[in-house]
Amino acid sequence: MTLLEQFQDWLGAISPDWVAYVIAGVVGIVVILGFVLTLVIVFIWYERRLLGRFQIRLGPNRLGPEGIFQPIATAVKILLKEDIIPERADKFVHWLAPIVVFTPVLMVFAVVPFGKGVILADLNVGVLYIVAISSVSAVGIYMAGWGSNNKYALIAAMRTVAQIVSYELPVVLSILGVVLMAGSLSLTKIVDAQNLPFIVMQPLGFLIFFLGALAEMNRCPFDLLEADSEIVAGYHTEYSGMKFAMFYLGEYGHALAYACIITALFLGGWRGPVLPPFLWFVVKVIAIFSLIVWLRATLPRLRVDQLMAFAWKGLFPMALVNLLVVAIEVLWLVELLPWVVVVVNIALAGILILAWSRLFVLGKGRVEV
Amino acid sequence: MALKTEPFILNVGPQHPSTHGVFRMRVTLDGEVVVDVEPVIGYLHRGIEKLAESRTYTQVIPLTDRLDYLASMTNNFGYVLAVEKLAGIKVPERAEHLRVIMAELMRISSHLMAVGFFLNDLGAMMTPVLYMWREREKIMDLFEMVCGQRLTYNYMRVGGVSHDIPEEFLPALGRFVGEMPRFIDEYEQLLSQNEILLARTKGVGILPRATAINIAASGPVLRASGVKWDIRKADPYSIYERFDFEVPVGMAGDCYDRYWVRIQEMRQSVRIIEQAVNQLPRGEICIKLPKPFRLPSGEVYGHIEAPKGELGFYLVSDNSIAPYRFHVRPPTLINLTALRDMVVGWKIADLIVIFGSIDVCLGEIDR
Repeated sequence: MTLLEQFQDWLGAISPDWVAYVIAGVVGIVVILGFVLTLVIVFIWYERRLLGRFQIRLGPNRLGPEGIFQPIATAVKILLKEDIIPERADKFVHWLAPIVVFTPVLMVFAVVPFGKGVILADLNVGVLYIVAISSVSAVGIYMAGWGSNNKYALIAAMRTVAQIVSYELPVVLSILGVVLMAGSLSLTKIVDAQNLPFIVMQPLGFLIFFLGALAEMNRCPFDLLEADSEIVAGYHTEYSGMKFAMFYLGEYGHALAYACIITALFLGGWRGPVLPPFLWFVVKVIAIFSLIVWLRATLPRLRVDQLMAFAWKGLFPMALVNLLVVAIEVLWLVELLPWVVVVVNIALAGILILAWSRLFVLGKGRVEV
Repeated sequence: MALKTEPFILNVGPQHPSTHGVFRMRVTLDGEVVVDVEPVIGYLHRGIEKLAESRTYTQVIPLTDRLDYLASMTNNFGYVLAVEKLAGIKVPERAEHLRVIMAELMRISSHLMAVGFFLNDLGAMMTPVLYMWREREKIMDLFEMVCGQRLTYNYMRVGGVSHDIPEEFLPALGRFVGEMPRFIDEYEQLLSQNEILLARTKGVGILPRATAINIAASGPVLRASGVKWDIRKADPYSIYERFDFEVPVGMAGDCYDRYWVRIQEMRQSVRIIEQAVNQLPRGEICIKLPKPFRLPSGEVYGHIEAPKGELGFYLVSDNSIAPYRFHVRPPTLINLTALRDMVVGWKIADLIVIFGSIDVCLGEIDR
């Protein structure tokens, strides 16, 4: 029974059922939204500070202790900006796009288990819900690109569709491995099933999911949608003011959402020794987020055809092999000898990655000197 | 079913994050593929060549600072060499050495910027640039010590240099020369084997040897295409024939080679500076010029190996105190003529990378 259901029962004892249902729902949503948006703002600060360290500079450090209030100043600045709509834009689509991008990001958090029973809706199809909802953002990005009537934005929109559709497949296939092992689509049950975190049980699945997630949330080295050195700001070139802020928040919210999902699917969620469960969850999310920032600070960007090749020739076949192996293991091995599975899967991941790095070279037509 | 598609025109610039100034490209695209590119220049035109005609020969020196503002010292150097060539002036030994030290420091600084922003064009979010700037900052500090300026130095004079070096200069230079090879190793370690960098640059934007020679390309762009042509070796000026250094040459002429040649040239520049510091004699730093200073009638073309290629100054004198005609051969304008040959058939992302690998400076192209 989740905390929210307990709250609803308690309310039900002193008021009619429908009142309890509505109040419990509203309270849950407000708490989750407040928590998520605060966390997003903290993460914006965290990324800027961390990025500064990677780039041998300090990062924002003037406003408040260690510059913690800088994102608030940024938010105020963005809110005060004029909201510009291009004259020839498709006004309705242009207006709707930020909402379509931002809302699904928040909706993902409904099924994220922050602790034992700390979840808004413990859906029994939680994973399916996440996959379905997070794809909606692609539509919003395409609307932004199309509605802006800007060529850079349109190029970015075209890239989005190709990229997100391609990376959806390896992502879903690697989630299937997890689902097979846990025997459930509910995120709470998946976390409960992880006596050994799935990152140890399925290292290859974790890598594929992580890379796919990077592409889905448009993070470096797959940030082709807003490749600022090529297509200026990509799909949000023509956005300013609050609408731009929605994209900006959406982007970080997306990163946060994926960090939460990875934590729940592969890192054992809230489970861990000594520390309270909630703190474990936050520590794991921060670790994943730091990894994302580290990649952003380090890597150059792939080209669009290399990006597609990486999805279809690299990640997709590997995800299929991973799924097959996991299925066989679930059938015969996992119950009896979990540690054998760990060894086999780590060896398999190593062999497959080595083999692929030999077989499959990113830059076709590379001239060897 | 065959869909009907048609190419469309995209204006890249003059305001664009990676046009290195105010360059504009009118690009015809077929989807992501570049069909045609037409450079549009002139947004930074200041009429420097005309301005020079109403200034005395010494007053022209600060104007040359504003050509390639990332390599002001070498611009000064090229100009004063041209004037000295026509006047037949012999420069004191100490000044010659100081000039070489400054020019090679400038080359390192310019190549640091070139490599850093090249990586930025590849999408590596500012990190390489900031690492390169860490070293460039030290060079700026050295220049500030000798002439008080950090961008436009106005340091060289006809017949020498404007200031002697202060006493703290040589120890600081010694430290820089000592640690720079390690930093170059660090860059290579971080960048040269990066799989994404290799995938994005190897075989991309090949400039064949014959084309490079035909368009009169020069500098790292030419040498990356396999032509061993460095004016410091081919037509030695100042005292370059006394130094022992190598000219790194690429093979494939692709973006990676242009990047690689720049990295190697930094190593060679460090070697030249070491030798010049060891040989640095005492004595005069500038000869006394007659006042007013007039050049004998005639014309002269002086050229040097600037960081970006062959920088030439063509002067016509009518025995007055100002040049009758002053013309600059900017290396990057000539190198830029190869742009269309290199980019057609590649994608938008490659267009930016190939353009970045030429390492242009708009101050010099538009003048």
